[in-house]
Amino acid sequence: MPYDNQDKGISEMRYEAPKTLEGAIALLSAANGQARLLAGGTDLLIQVRSGRAEPGLLVDIKAIPELRSIVAETGGYRIGAAVTCMELIENEAFARDWPGIVDGVKLIGSIQVKGRATMGGNLCNASPAADSVPALIAAGAVVCIAGPLGRREAPVKDFVLGPGRTSLGNGELVASIQLPRRAPHSGDAYLRFTPRTEMDIAVVGAAVNLTLDDKGVCRHARVSLGAVAARALLVPEAAAALVGTKVDEAALQRLAAAASAACRPIDDKRGTKEFRIKVAGVMARRAAVIAVERARRQS
Amino acid sequence: MARNHVSATVNGDQVEFLCETGQTLLEALRDELRLTGTKEGCGTGDCGACSVIVDGRLVCSCLMLAVEAEGKSIETVEGMATGETLHPLQRKFIEHAALQCGICTPGILIAARSLLERNQNPTESEVRYWLAGNLCRCTGYHKIVEAVLDAAREMRGG
Repeated sequence: MPYDNQDKGISEMRYEAPKTLEGAIALLSAANGQARLLAGGTDLLIQVRSGRAEPGLLVDIKAIPELRSIVAETGGYRIGAAVTCMELIENEAFARDWPGIVDGVKLIGSIQVKGRATMGGNLCNASPAADSVPALIAAGAVVCIAGPLGRREAPVKDFVLGPGRTSLGNGELVASIQLPRRAPHSGDAYLRFTPRTEMDIAVVGAAVNLTLDDKGVCRHARVSLGAVAARALLVPEAAAALVGTKVDEAALQRLAAAASAACRPIDDKRGTKEFRIKVAGVMARRAAVIAVERARRQS
Repeated sequence: MARNHVSATVNGDQVEFLCETGQTLLEALRDELRLTGTKEGCGTGDCGACSVIVDGRLVCSCLMLAVEAEGKSIETVEGMATGETLHPLQRKFIEHAALQCGICTPGILIAARSLLERNQNPTESEVRYWLAGNLCRCTGYHKIVEAVLDAAREMRGG
């Protein structure tokens, strides 16, 4: 797209790269909703250049050290909102503990896109088909939010309200995403259905996170589905099908049925309602098989 | 109008330019710095024609603002050859006829170099996945993949 100097909105847009979280919050608060946060920019720049978004100010959060770091703390992880997907994928300790989240992050666009895009942006963009979100919900991840009134936390499952909408208030931003400590014999996995292997948007996504006991019985499970409702869903009924079992064939069948039953999809060019409902069960089942294999390998 | 002053390093040279906030790195490279080797294909991050390396990371220069380049080190296709001596990837692309119209070629060369910097001995499958963000409508990809594998072989000294 040629750059258009006639476009008044875009030519008056200002850019700031504050070095502190407080600085970013002050800029956001003072802009009265006219500012947009810039992390990887892989969605925002397309919106701005196509005229779908006309912010007066871009607040680049990549100069804030806290937002650029992956910190192992209290047995879990704190992932800064501006950490790129490639940085997260290349973090071997994180990939060992949370392979299902890395499954999702690996699917967010090409190498080029992942070199810039962030998991924080994937979350805040609030697409029902966001690939990292079902795995974060299944993991029980928490969003750490900073704003003019201080800090607060919210489970990822409650953070996205609907397509393009989050629970962020005026002046608030996502500082980091926190992953809990991993119990022994835990594993997670995310799978999606797309016509193409790469560079596509999920028709259905399914994430399963589970913990086995020493005898291989599933003691804890969380199942989340993407692209089958206005936002990614936590499906307790599907998780309940696994708990107390050795994740055998009967449990997997019940899981698939419960996953399909939870879907509230739309028809669109990527798939019909019926197709999404059917495939959600299949994806959840396959993700559970991978998650349980990973859990068995984890001491 | 909001004009921003940017200093960065491009292919090892210190550069300075002015840009508007809405201008992309791709536009600054081509229109301000006159480095037209980097191409625009889609302008939305889907085709990879505008691939460059920023502080060691492969990115689409159409999805990065020029103002974000402040203090960064940028590598483009113009920096691949040493004087008249082509980079092994460039030579192998010619040998294997891995290009026809050439629009995707600078982006694919840069993307392939970024792969070989991380992985000196990629499998065919690894090459194909790494280059999944680079579209080519001429070659059908096979010759590109062969050229990258052959260049990797040569660069390993085999």
